[in-house]
Amino acid sequence: MNRRNFLKMTAVAGAVVAVSPAVPLGLEAKAQPKKRSFEEALKEITKGKKPVESQKVKLIAPSIAENGAVVPVKVEVVEPIENVKAIHIMADKNFDPWTCSVHLTPQNGKPYFSTRIRLAKTMNVYAIAELKDGSFIMAKKPVKVTIGGCG
Amino acid sequence: MGRTALIKLRPRRYKKGDLVRVDSVIMHPMHTGLVKDKKTGKIIPAHYINKVEVYYGGELVTSIDVNASVSANPFFSFYIKADKKAPLKIVWKDNKGEVTEKTVKIKPH
Repeated sequence: MNRRNFLKMTAVAGAVVAVSPAVPLGLEAKAQPKKRSFEEALKEITKGKKPVESQKVKLIAPSIAENGAVVPVKVEVVEPIENVKAIHIMADKNFDPWTCSVHLTPQNGKPYFSTRIRLAKTMNVYAIAELKDGSFIMAKKPVKVTIGGCG
Repeated sequence: MGRTALIKLRPRRYKKGDLVRVDSVIMHPMHTGLVKDKKTGKIIPAHYINKVEVYYGGELVTSIDVNASVSANPFFSFYIKADKKAPLKIVWKDNKGEVTEKTVKIKPH
């Protein structure tokens, strides 16, 4: 193989690699996962109400996550358990920002929840607590991701 | 009933009325439906857990709605007030209708 052919082939291969990620994007829109914006997802959870940022929600997440596929998140709400109905976890720049919702009862004894989530890139993680009177309080934390985890 | 699941109680010894942390893990790939198979180039269809229910003595205590953006082999941790001697049952359901159950006994000393 001479130099001219080699350069041509690498250029073609490069073009193929550059184009291929764009192709499945069109297919994904038709498949069942749906892309949503953060505002849309937030509206669905809070039903139009605006969550207030509060010191009462304690969100513990690493400020730098090496692997976006496994980011430990811990949420604690400084409120009696009777006042907390649910805890929602969201990540604003994910494909679907809503990650999980926990519905609590007084039998839980303590408004606490911990899990591991995926982050596609560097973004803010939100913990939103739903209180008994229907209001929402939240906390957010920026997490820096070196390797994304949503594929 | 197919999948491996684990439930651990922290601390291991507790008195009646104590708060006990329940750590649960289930082995599940949690496919988002966005990732391509490296060998075949096809998109792996979405397959993830979308509902977790916790029963304590037959009563629904906690329910968790889960999306695909939770990590593979999902880990959930929450508290429970151990005020009676009863089984704690966790039920994991995924979007293909697969159901896994695991029960531990809660017996306060």
